[in-house]
Amino acid sequence: MMESSWPILTILIFFPLLACLALVFVKTDHGARVLTLAAGIIELLLAMPLLHFDLASGGYQFVEKKDWMPDWGLSYYLGIDGISFLMVLLTVALLPLCVLCSWTYISKRVKEFHISLLLMVAACVGVFSALDFILFYIFWEAMLVPMFLLIAVWGGPDRRYASLKFFLYTLAGSTLLLVAIIALYWTGHTFSIPELAQKNYSFNFQIWVFLAMAIAFAIKVPMFPFHTWLPAAHVEAPTAGSVLLASVLLKMGAYGFLRLCLPLTPQASVYFAPMMIFISICSILYGGFVALGQKDMKKLIAYSSVAHMGFVTMGIFLFSLRGIEGALMVMLNHGITTGGLFMLVGAIYERSHSREISENLGLGKYLPAYMFFFGLFALSSLGFPGTNSFVGEALVLIGVFAKNGWVGAAIIPGVMLGAAYMLRLTQKLAWGEPPSAKGKSWKDLNFREWAYFTPLAVFVFYIGLAPGLTLRAIDPTLKELLHTFSAKTARKAVTMVMEPEKGLAGQNFETKLQPAVDERIGESR
Amino acid sequence: MELLWLIPAWPLLGFLILTCLAARLPRIMAGSVGVGSVGAAALTALLMAWDFLKHQPGRNAFTQHLWTWLDVAGLHLEIAFYLDALTLVMIIVITGVGFFIHLYSLGYMAHDQGYTRFFAYMNLFVAAMLVLVLADNLPLLYLGWEGVGLCSYLLIGFWYTDPANGYAARKAFVVTRVGDTAMAVGLFVLYNQLGTLQIQEVMQRAAAAWPAGSTMALLTALLLLGGAVGKSAQLPLQTWLPDAMAGPTPVSALIHAATMVTAGVYLIARTHGLFLLAPTALTITAVIGAATLLLAGFSALVQQDIKRVLAYSTISQLGYMFLALGVGAWSAAIFHLFTHAFFKALLFLGAGAVIHALGGEQDMSRMGGLKQKLPLTFWTFLAGAASLAALPLVTAGFYSKDLIIWQAFASPRGGLGFWFMAVAGALLTALYTFRMVLLTFTGPARTPVHHPPGLVMRLPLLVLAFLSLTAGFLETPHSLGHMRVFSGWLHTCLPEAGLAAGREAYEILFELLAGLAALCGIFGALRLYHPLAKSRYSLPESLRQYWIKGWGFDSLYDRLVVRPYIHLAQFNKNDFLDLFFVFLAWLAKTGHQTLAATQNGRLRSYAWGLGLGAAAIAAMVVLL
Repeated sequence: MMESSWPILTILIFFPLLACLALVFVKTDHGARVLTLAAGIIELLLAMPLLHFDLASGGYQFVEKKDWMPDWGLSYYLGIDGISFLMVLLTVALLPLCVLCSWTYISKRVKEFHISLLLMVAACVGVFSALDFILFYIFWEAMLVPMFLLIAVWGGPDRRYASLKFFLYTLAGSTLLLVAIIALYWTGHTFSIPELAQKNYSFNFQIWVFLAMAIAFAIKVPMFPFHTWLPAAHVEAPTAGSVLLASVLLKMGAYGFLRLCLPLTPQASVYFAPMMIFISICSILYGGFVALGQKDMKKLIAYSSVAHMGFVTMGIFLFSLRGIEGALMVMLNHGITTGGLFMLVGAIYERSHSREISENLGLGKYLPAYMFFFGLFALSSLGFPGTNSFVGEALVLIGVFAKNGWVGAAIIPGVMLGAAYMLRLTQKLAWGEPPSAKGKSWKDLNFREWAYFTPLAVFVFYIGLAPGLTLRAIDPTLKELLHTFSAKTARKAVTMVMEPEKGLAGQNFETKLQPAVDERIGESR
Repeated sequence: MELLWLIPAWPLLGFLILTCLAARLPRIMAGSVGVGSVGAAALTALLMAWDFLKHQPGRNAFTQHLWTWLDVAGLHLEIAFYLDALTLVMIIVITGVGFFIHLYSLGYMAHDQGYTRFFAYMNLFVAAMLVLVLADNLPLLYLGWEGVGLCSYLLIGFWYTDPANGYAARKAFVVTRVGDTAMAVGLFVLYNQLGTLQIQEVMQRAAAAWPAGSTMALLTALLLLGGAVGKSAQLPLQTWLPDAMAGPTPVSALIHAATMVTAGVYLIARTHGLFLLAPTALTITAVIGAATLLLAGFSALVQQDIKRVLAYSTISQLGYMFLALGVGAWSAAIFHLFTHAFFKALLFLGAGAVIHALGGEQDMSRMGGLKQKLPLTFWTFLAGAASLAALPLVTAGFYSKDLIIWQAFASPRGGLGFWFMAVAGALLTALYTFRMVLLTFTGPARTPVHHPPGLVMRLPLLVLAFLSLTAGFLETPHSLGHMRVFSGWLHTCLPEAGLAAGREAYEILFELLAGLAALCGIFGALRLYHPLAKSRYSLPESLRQYWIKGWGFDSLYDRLVVRPYIHLAQFNKNDFLDLFFVFLAWLAKTGHQTLAATQNGRLRSYAWGLGLGAAAIAAMVVLL
């Protein structure tokens, strides 16, 4: 672990709050936009020292630790490793883009809107860098509030229903997470995540803690069948809200699995892996199928997110380096691509005032630049080779096929579904003629819009053609994670369920699908 | 040879210039960039070929590493190019034919609104196709593979104001994607089993790890075959190609005749080491090829749309190549690919000239009498048609097709059955080809000629006509001079077919029979379709309709796959799982209302409640 003298993570968390404070004194709407944009750019610049990240080290870096409530074992403990490094950068980089894509979209309560955005970013950076469990939980909950507001205040016509659904759903999960945190505290006597991860827990304990945490994270990811809040929230949320939701919030579930479930409850993770993989297959196929039938562009993309996140959880529960690297790449790429797609939907909504596919036809002729970006992100979304998503999906698939060909065969239709629904959407948008004469007068992308699509497009190709640097950043962390993980799971502390000699290498999922797991839970009670 | 990377880089650069500057580029500039970049690539390719022949690199191949694509957990992928005789043939065909088609497009697309966009897509296509054939490892090949699929998609749907073109484009993409997915699975299995995806390495390790006929070899070969079948429009994934004719005609010439659709043939030839380990897969390839060539031949016979005749003809000719691959006649397949690229591109360009001249008319029943009005188009088209029909001795198509027909019988993996199907196919080919020529160019004129082809369109026709007649002399049978230039060259990287014992004696006899079949076909067409012909034989209408619709595959797939699929998608578009959570919300609300109803502020109901409650408790105390 490297301590750092310059408290960079603290700055990244608190600078947006400072900017919020400054916003309070701004009088005009335009001023609020400019100030937030400036704050976003400064935040991005402030994050630049993170690039000194030591790629060779697998441990936590930029660590800050201060006692907070020593009697309770609480501390202000921050730090990032390869996994959170990428997520923090993604979050910070999205802020200016979110401001730009809301420039004309948001016209009421502009100041409050930008305050919510800044609060979101602060909380998200906090979640990804907190190493104290309570601190993690505080940020985890803190991010709900601005997101709720973004949907409830600046959302579409059904915003009250959607925002409440979002809030209650995730809150239900968070409550279970809190139970798990307290249980871990009573057993491990600390809230420090790295310390907790070094301890060993009894198998029964792990089972319950895993279940509590997994439900919380599964809701966040979201995994089938806990995904139904997502389409509602996405459809109603304003563009920037959708972007943050898809690009950052969903990643927290997967991040939780990697940061907490695997290190803290390794044996339970192995035990539940077949079930998690089964659910991931369901997510991929179900998400794809439902996406195919959608008429609303945002809903379609929301369901495609369910499918993509299925690849993430699938990769994580393979417990192999390739699988998890693939999962992380899909997380990052989904952030870029789906973020881009939501921005594009927002851009067309500003012109047509409709998200219905049938009201946005025939754009190819009148909005060529728009369709260029749409086609690009759609291709990326369906995992076209040479684009970013291909790298992640291919790694996950290679990992899957290395474990079990049948699981691989099961998700292949999901890959094809991806092509089917994305092409259907693109084709309807590009070909034909606009349904009304209005469509012919729409202007193609303006400078501001180019400014926020171009960086995303660059990353689509950069990660697609040269993912080396990104992979190098996560490699050591994941190696270390898997190393400890396999050491712990190979110990055979629990004999009742784990077949002997079934460590990391010899995992065999064929015989352990869901029904079998349910029976065994019954036995273990 | 260090300049190898330039070959795909030229058209890619062209694409980038055309997209970035788009509207700001004057028409003349856009055209020059589009054609010039492919021309530069063609020159570089020729230079490469010269260099390659002069300095014969070690092991007959040259590899160029550019940068590392992926390096994770034992998976090492390079962006690297691999050049051997097979690749060299491919890049010369792609850049050479590609250049002439680009040149022709200058005239053909001259008045189209999407002029710049057209050249941008075409350049991107050429770049992707070159990456496909130059790729040193399978994922890079897959990148090119998907890239050409994308460009095909964009170009089929080029005229985007008509939604029908969009559907045709999507159909092409999705149907080929079925094959592509099989191929992708094949890559995963290969990597999983052999630990590498570098093509030469894969073949070496496969030969070491798997005995001939092992299940693993069969499985992977079949998965790769799936990809090839999709891309090359073979049974059962052939349905997309006739619809792909919705694109501009130069696109059909370049993508759906000369280059992209031959990618499947290239893939199998490239991974022949793997297929040789799986004899069953080779037999399946041959059967698919033979069946496809006949089925598509019958369909071509009854089409009215000139481009659809050519499309079915392409499927049929690709069937010949698959048959050749399946019987192990590797170089014969590539040789037919080579000549087919010339004469089929020529036929498409000729058809394009006709369509252009008639202001967009594609129906052959509305053509006719063009022999006098478009003499150059007629003579060049005739050269292409003769080559397609394999007119003996004087055409390239004769030498390449004849080689396949002979080896379908003579190779150790061949047999009389394959030979018979190939010869029947040859007869069919001659028949439908000359039916097309006669309907288009002879008889009374039915549509007036608007724009005769200009110089930029005539020149490619002439060059390709020359090649369609002469390219065959690179490889001639024993009885006709026994030139072995082409196969001699290819055998540096592909194994020789060899002959089954006791069959060489029949060579002349079988060649005569095959030549006779072609002549019979031409003669038959003259008897049936020439305007002066007396006998008018027509097929039963139901059979004709059946063949026109390509043996009903489309409606079969529609019923078996498309409709259930749409049904399933529509069925759950509202995500029934949400009902559970809606139910939870309803439960909470109803519970609230029920309980709230008890708090109504009326003394009487409170008293009732109190009384009933007390009674209930008393009853419980007494009873328990």
